[in-house]
Amino acid sequence: MYAQMVKSTGKSVQALDDMSPEERAFQERIDRGEKIEPKDWMPDAYRKNLIRQIGQHAHSEIVGQLPEGNWITRAPTLERKANLLAKVQDEAGHGLYLYCAAETLGVSRDELFEMLHSGKMKYSSIFNYPTLTWADMGAVGWLVDGAAIMNQVPLQRTSYGPYARAMVRICKEESFHQRQGYHIMMTMANGTPEQKRMAQDALNRFWYPALMMFGPSDKDSVHSAQSMAWKIKMNTNDELRQKFVDETAPQAEFLGLSIPDENLKWNEERGNYDFSEPDWDEFYNVVSGNGPCNVERLEARKKAWSDGAWVREGMMAHAEKKAMRKQAAE
Amino acid sequence: MTVSDNTALFEFLLRQGDNALVLGHRTSEWCGVGPVLEEDIALANTALDLIGQTQLWLALAGEVEDKGRDANDLAYFRDPYDFRNLLMLELPNEDYGRTIMRQFLFDAFQVPWLTALQESNDKRVGDIAAKSLKEAMYHLERSAETVIALGDGTDESNSKMQQALEFLWPYAGEVFADDENDVSVASKGIAPLPSSIHDVWNSTINRTFSEACLKRPESQFAHSGGREGFRHTEHLGHMLATMQTLQRSHPGATW
Repeated sequence: MYAQMVKSTGKSVQALDDMSPEERAFQERIDRGEKIEPKDWMPDAYRKNLIRQIGQHAHSEIVGQLPEGNWITRAPTLERKANLLAKVQDEAGHGLYLYCAAETLGVSRDELFEMLHSGKMKYSSIFNYPTLTWADMGAVGWLVDGAAIMNQVPLQRTSYGPYARAMVRICKEESFHQRQGYHIMMTMANGTPEQKRMAQDALNRFWYPALMMFGPSDKDSVHSAQSMAWKIKMNTNDELRQKFVDETAPQAEFLGLSIPDENLKWNEERGNYDFSEPDWDEFYNVVSGNGPCNVERLEARKKAWSDGAWVREGMMAHAEKKAMRKQAAE
Repeated sequence: MTVSDNTALFEFLLRQGDNALVLGHRTSEWCGVGPVLEEDIALANTALDLIGQTQLWLALAGEVEDKGRDANDLAYFRDPYDFRNLLMLELPNEDYGRTIMRQFLFDAFQVPWLTALQESNDKRVGDIAAKSLKEAMYHLERSAETVIALGDGTDESNSKMQQALEFLWPYAGEVFADDENDVSVASKGIAPLPSSIHDVWNSTINRTFSEACLKRPESQFAHSGGREGFRHTEHLGHMLATMQTLQRSHPGATW
């Protein structure tokens, strides 16, 4: 879920009868549940849409390393340090799978980085929030990875083969991360009064940003219908948000922590929790660059990229020299 | 064993554990900001191996000391003068060149050192060495390859690597300066003298530098003070202030 507000064609979904024979055959394959593979014919808009979605997802993974990376050097025990480092490393690995999946659509990793650095491509709004205490490592694992899983589990069935297969690997690791995060929260919630305070504070700060991860309400989402017809989006934003609240509310109760929403209440009739909408003005602000950490996150990525330029160039130059020497020797 | 035997063994174990802890910590600082995604992942792997080795060495140190301290107590509740790591390992990462050159200089020692430690009279030491050696061999393969690639890469990467080598060189020899503790553990067959590793180390680094088009500095000078804890650099205190902050601010809490 690290893809929010992915721009699509903006047009309404075409009826099968209005499609060209190629488009129609393509749509019918998707409707039958077949996977589309890199060499298969696909409409240009499908390709572009997927590049945006997978690219945004990949960027979210690597920008998402930063808020958690912020606590690796301060992790409170050797075990926690190793677990957190392994988790953030997994995110780099997810970034790698996803960049590779995007490359099968004809865009290079360098091009995608360029679009991230220039602001042409986004990453999930959640990573523009700061991590202020150790309890945030719990809250991020529990809520942020939890929200991501809601979206990513169905994406294992997405129509594009390489994306679906990347999701299978990613989901396995994400659910482990979520349990790890919940365990941190549980330890803190059952700890000293200061630790409990940190845990509640982390939940207070991350609750609404986590709800925002699902994107705006479907009635305001102009991009959903076509993506759903193509099966690159499997559920509506509101469905997933509801599912997340329904699963998370009892978990918070078990921890003895309060979700910061007076309206959160089980609705017997609907069989769901009622809850308050996040502040969508805040969301649009964060998405348009005014979140608490947007500038710093992008600066950190750009700095890493430019500081590393000599390393990448040196490695490339060596590889070329080595290949030439080998050729000369033959 | 007598009390003094245990003291020498305890010191020896702290040296092993603190080297892994401090270098593991420094390497973990790269997470998320590596020069390329694959390298980010590889650096995290190295850091994870080193943190794992720390847990083994410091747990055994606590056991040998027999004062009820576990690996976490030793990592989080000692002050800089009680740390026994090499000075080179606590220096800030600065840039990738310095990071990978330091890793190489250390790995080139660790591989023959751990190989020899496998034969320790103390089976617990031998077991940890055997497990760590597998990781160290992989680290050396990777750090040596990277030093070669960047030394033999562009003019810029060659010059960065040469600068990194010159900066680190005065710290590289600390590990070979045998002291009383080394003599004591060597006399009991727990470990060889570190100086006995010098020739192998020399041949590894000479071979690598020649392939990497790097010039080995001529100076024989080596800083000292880290492995005895007598005089660390100014950097260790800052590193520990960061690393230990939660444990020190909330004593007695469970994390």
